[in-house]
Amino acid sequence: MTDSTHRPDHGSNEPQVRFENVQKTYDGEVLVVKDLNLAIEKGEFLTLLGPSGSGKTTTLMMLAGFESTTHGDIVLNGRSLRLVPPHKRDIGMVFQNYALFPHMTVYENLEFPLQCHKVEKSSREKKIADALAMVELTGFERRRPAQLSGGQQQRVALARALVFEPQIVLMDEPLGALDKKLREQMQIEMKHIHQNVGLTFVYVTHDQSEALTMSDRIAVFDDGVIQQLDAPEELYERPKNAFVAQFIGENNRLKGRITELTEGLCLVELPSGHTIRALPVNVTEVGQETTLSLRPEVVVVGATENDGCDDVFTAVVQEQIYMGDHTRVRMEVFGHDDFVVKVPRGAGLGGLEPGQEIGIGWRSGDCRALDAA
Amino acid sequence: MVATTGSHDVMRTADGVPLRIKLRRAERMRKVWAIALVAPLFVFLVVGFILPIISLLSLSVEDPDLTSGFPRTAELFQEWDGEGFPPPEAMTTFAEELSIADRGQFGRAAKRLNYDISGFKSMVKKTARKSEELALLPPDQIHDGFIKIDKDWSDPAYWYAIKNASDYYTDYYLLWSLDLQRDKEREIVSVSPDRAIYVDVLLRTIEISFAVTLLCFLLGLPIAYLLATLPTRISNLLLILVLLPFWTSLLVRTTSWLVLLQNEGLINDMALWMGLWNEPQELIRNRFGVYVAMVHILLPFMVLPMYSVMKTINPWHMRAAASLGAPGWKAFLKVYFPQCMPGVAAGTLLVFILSLGYYITPALVGGPGDQMTSYWIVQNMGRTANWGLGAALSVVLLLLTIVMFFIYNRFVGVDRLKVN
Ligand SMILES: Nc1ncnc2c1ncn2[C@@H]1O[C@H](COP(=O)(O)OP(=O)(O)O)[C@@H](O)[C@H]1O
Ligand SMILES: [Mg+2]
Repeated sequence: MTDSTHRPDHGSNEPQVRFENVQKTYDGEVLVVKDLNLAIEKGEFLTLLGPSGSGKTTTLMMLAGFESTTHGDIVLNGRSLRLVPPHKRDIGMVFQNYALFPHMTVYENLEFPLQCHKVEKSSREKKIADALAMVELTGFERRRPAQLSGGQQQRVALARALVFEPQIVLMDEPLGALDKKLREQMQIEMKHIHQNVGLTFVYVTHDQSEALTMSDRIAVFDDGVIQQLDAPEELYERPKNAFVAQFIGENNRLKGRITELTEGLCLVELPSGHTIRALPVNVTEVGQETTLSLRPEVVVVGATENDGCDDVFTAVVQEQIYMGDHTRVRMEVFGHDDFVVKVPRGAGLGGLEPGQEIGIGWRSGDCRALDAA
Repeated sequence: MVATTGSHDVMRTADGVPLRIKLRRAERMRKVWAIALVAPLFVFLVVGFILPIISLLSLSVEDPDLTSGFPRTAELFQEWDGEGFPPPEAMTTFAEELSIADRGQFGRAAKRLNYDISGFKSMVKKTARKSEELALLPPDQIHDGFIKIDKDWSDPAYWYAIKNASDYYTDYYLLWSLDLQRDKEREIVSVSPDRAIYVDVLLRTIEISFAVTLLCFLLGLPIAYLLATLPTRISNLLLILVLLPFWTSLLVRTTSWLVLLQNEGLINDMALWMGLWNEPQELIRNRFGVYVAMVHILLPFMVLPMYSVMKTINPWHMRAAASLGAPGWKAFLKVYFPQCMPGVAAGTLLVFILSLGYYITPALVGGPGDQMTSYWIVQNMGRTANWGLGAALSVVLLLLTIVMFFIYNRFVGVDRLKVN
């Protein structure tokens, strides 16, 4: 299911990193990473996104050299990394817990990689100053990590991974320990830093909104397999399978069976007896089980036949949750009572009452027929 | 401020008691509790630690043998300037008190005098037998009377030795424990080389402690590192092995080394059988045996503090260092080891200080040249019953420990011993 045809074309050159049929097992019984093929382009911001335990960290650790590959090879700039120890890979890394050295000041933490890379003493100071300026921590040189807030420590860790100008910077859930507000702020900053330094960033997260915010491309992991590798818009708007659709963004799932299948359109019969028009994505034959995926925001509430919707059904309002900029409405339709729609503020639908019947509709292209899983 | 009526000037709780008083009462209860909880430990510390140290300190500066058994003699000898011979009335008093002293008083005094000049004891005994007649002699014949009993009484050194023992408070024992004494001019000088042993013993004590600490550190570091980095299942097993010695008595462990290392012991038999050497090697009753047994016994004290600190070190630091370009040895030296320092400091201090006071192990597996200060403390306090010297040696050992502690504090910093 790995897809390497969709990667953006950065020229005909060899990608910076190539995972070739990589497999990994820790215990000799379970494959944690299954036949991974992945090309990372120079200068891109690639995110590995997936639920906990899906093998993201393992993949990153194999690239950094802290875990061996059980099978297959990783190639950096056309050169196999098999026999290259971690400290010679020229890959910077930001760890989830930052791993700042507590006995060193911020300055010493940043000087450490420069020392290791034999950077002239004379040019160290400027590099460190530049790196600290980039993460907006100028003036914190003499502090020790314990004297910094979580967000500041995170920035130091980032500066330390960047200061020696590695080819690639790996980040394993670097924002996981920060509160929401700071996390969102850091996401934007990190994206700006990426644009400024032009290095390849490989970023691991289980937070889909974080992945959507920052990445050039996202590789969605599940169970040791890349389910889809695409740009954020593509991933959100055109998920290729039920897992991706459900993992990224909110999603109403309707199980059904294909009754008719043509190019670009299929008819799906639900257990409730309704028939829905949908876009066939990974269904191949009539009679097949399928999962329909409908994003809450594509559903038009109060729709009538002539609203440009291809399908219109009647739903019963169950509950409203006020979210500020929009209202989530839970409805009962097709025998499910967990059908969720989002009504933007100002849509003129203020007074929905529980028990009220209302029309819902959508364009058939927004309703995607995916695998049954 | 919001205007309040008179009765509200003082903040009160619901039952009308002013807040401040209520708070004080609550605090007082807490304090009483706190004191009650620490009181047993405090009493124990005073009785079991502070009082013994104080009595030790006083024992080391007291010289009661002559002053309590022969109080008037001591007084008169104290007044004598130490030149030539003491005045006749001092001699007469000495003879009188010799004649009335009970066995215990006499024995202690004779033993004390014998410290300064060996053979003095029998001379005093001989004199005591005739002391009654001696005491009756007129002042101008008293000295001759003494000389008639033993001609050594014509040597002023013996008379001076009595004066030397006549001060209740004395630095005699403390000087002795450092191989020093006062000469006739009250100047501090070294004792004769054949009597000088304690400085050597002290230096040896430091040397052995230092070597044991170093060996423990070198052996303990990899063990602690393994314990801290291996998976819990294996490291728990290893930890039990490290702790096992703690569950066995010190004496058992030391004697088992005796059994292992002796000429017909397991080690020698094995080595002979494997052809490592051709005749039994002396593995015991020498420094080698002392080091083996002491390191074995003290190793847990080094490993445990290091382990407890290493366990708190984020294992990702080594990986972070590698990702920043540091080869393994550099990551260890620059990143890992500095973070172990509190544990290393605690471990080395503990082992060093415990070594300084080691007794039973060197006594059992060491030769005569491997005995440490505590051996001589035991010798003096027990076998020869020289309490003053034993106490003085203890004081020297205590001071040495304190000095070591401060030197250590200066270089390592005891505040770094904190395990956070
Ligand atoms: N060092 C390890 N030893 C054994 N199993 C491991 C180890 N690290 C990870 N795993 C297992 O591998 C799977 C993938 O883990 P990981 O790569 O950490 O996933 P993710 O980072 O996506 O949460 C998990 O089931 C985890 O239990
Ligand atoms: Mg992970």
